Amino acid sequence: MEAAGVAAGEEKRSAGRRLADLFHGRSRLQAGALLAGPVGWLVIGYIGSLIVLLIAAFWSVDALSGELVKGFSFDNYRELIDTPVYKDVALRTIGIAAAATLTDVILAFPIAFYMAKVASPRMKGLLLVAVLMPLWSFYLVKVYAWRTMLSSGGIVNWALDPIGLDGPGYGTTAVWLVESYLWLPYMILPIYAGLERIPNSLISASEDLGGKPWNSFRRVVLPLVFPAIVAGSIFTFSLTMGDYITPSLVSPDTQFIGNVVFTDHTNNLPLASAFATVPIIVMIIYLLIARRLGAFEHL
Amino acid sequence: MRLSPATRNLLRVGVGITLAFIYIPLIVVAVYAFNGGTTLKWPLDGLTTEWFGEAIKDSGARDALFTSVKVGAVATVIALVLGTLASMAVARHRFFGRETISFIVVLPIALPGIVTGLAFSDTFTQVFGISLSLFTVIVGHATFCIVVIYNNVIARLRRVSANLEEASADLGAHTWQTFRFVTLPSMQTALVAGGLLAFALSFDEIIVTTFTLGAGDETLPIWIYSNLFRGQQLPITNVVALIVVLLSIIPVYLAHRLTREEGVAARAGGAGAIAESTAIP
Repeated sequence: MEAAGVAAGEEKRSAGRRLADLFHGRSRLQAGALLAGPVGWLVIGYIGSLIVLLIAAFWSVDALSGELVKGFSFDNYRELIDTPVYKDVALRTIGIAAAATLTDVILAFPIAFYMAKVASPRMKGLLLVAVLMPLWSFYLVKVYAWRTMLSSGGIVNWALDPIGLDGPGYGTTAVWLVESYLWLPYMILPIYAGLERIPNSLISASEDLGGKPWNSFRRVVLPLVFPAIVAGSIFTFSLTMGDYITPSLVSPDTQFIGNVVFTDHTNNLPLASAFATVPIIVMIIYLLIARRLGAFEHL
Repeated sequence: MRLSPATRNLLRVGVGITLAFIYIPLIVVAVYAFNGGTTLKWPLDGLTTEWFGEAIKDSGARDALFTSVKVGAVATVIALVLGTLASMAVARHRFFGRETISFIVVLPIALPGIVTGLAFSDTFTQVFGISLSLFTVIVGHATFCIVVIYNNVIARLRRVSANLEEASADLGAHTWQTFRFVTLPSMQTALVAGGLLAFALSFDEIIVTTFTLGAGDETLPIWIYSNLFRGQQLPITNVVALIVVLLSIIPVYLAHRLTREEGVAARAGGAGAIAESTAIP
């Protein structure tokens, strides 16, 4: 600090250099400068937009002119509550989200456990890549793959035909299958990370104390990994609830929250905004419960 | 863990089922790109590569690809700047609300896509009165890409000791020099990996895009989506779907190679961010 100060005093300092000196050793100032951009973008830009969405839910559309009236009325919410269809759509969406989440836990656990506690390091690496690869990519292609497979002349019916069965075809079952498929890696990775964090010595201790494998699993491993499962479920649940592309491709005749919001947002933005608060409220409750269950602290 | 051979085998069967579940649909997509027929019928009516040529000639698909690359590149650059700044603040400084930063960063990806999409659409059109365009798409994409950069860079910064930066300052380097010669080189590969993943994420996104896209513009996912409903375009769509898969594998694979040591959290998207938010070693 001394050296920098002396050197700086001797020569004519550029603006950038003066700024550097201003920041020197001032942690708070540095933090503030670092945060201004991201916090501005996310808090003012993003959270601000969410607030606009919540406000827009109280606007209305003039029945005659079709113009937006930026007033304040509970009409949208009243309409949502009074029309049974909306309740059905909301319950169906939440039901599918829960079903897909449960399916993902069942499918994710064996592979996560195998990766964390059984596989050799080389095998672990390979499996990790295999799971990570499809994590963020080709969402639409994945849905399309299922649309292909579930179509009436498609591979699923072809495979089930010899044993005298029919595939589910397009519909709610298809949505459940595809959503489980899409978000599975989001469940595998947190469970795997949670299992990795459990020291093997803890399991050995349980075994040395006479715990049968099933008991060690149920009373040592499961409670420790539970928060990780909850953390994974945040994503499987939320991403399913907000999806409208999948239903539109594999269940064209059934409505989900996403379809209704997307269809309404061009002609009745306030009503769409009001309906979009349903997933927000559900997710807030979900996150609060997840927090209580330790999903944030322990994973 | 001591497991009986039977349990071990049962576990292997579970692994096999899950892997088959993940990969069979992707294999099906790859096979359909060579479909000789023009329907979705299985088994296929012969194999052909003629649609690859058609797909490359298709100007709609090419324009959409170009748009996607443009959106992805700009969104990635914005996310790189914002995500790096946020991760440096959280990793190297203590301040009020530090724990909530991770939460806010992950929110755009943790909330359902329709919520984020509609919120942006409401704000752009009703509050600012700007019409939807590629600009609004980029703003939306940059917002949910920040988390990817943030996760990658913060995982790296936690592995690299802050002592190095202090040593640099003690040896007389000023703030910029320390950043340029100490901090930046140490997080270089994390930045590249994060950037690749952010690009892959943007390249693939469709839900927020449909809410923020103006009339007349099409990203590649939007192009595929609208063509899925047009029967005669089906063979070309099959080929484009395979190309998209291959194009997105490359960045994800490279990112994985670059950040091996950081563990799974850096690449696990939002789930990783929750892990990072409190699991400070």
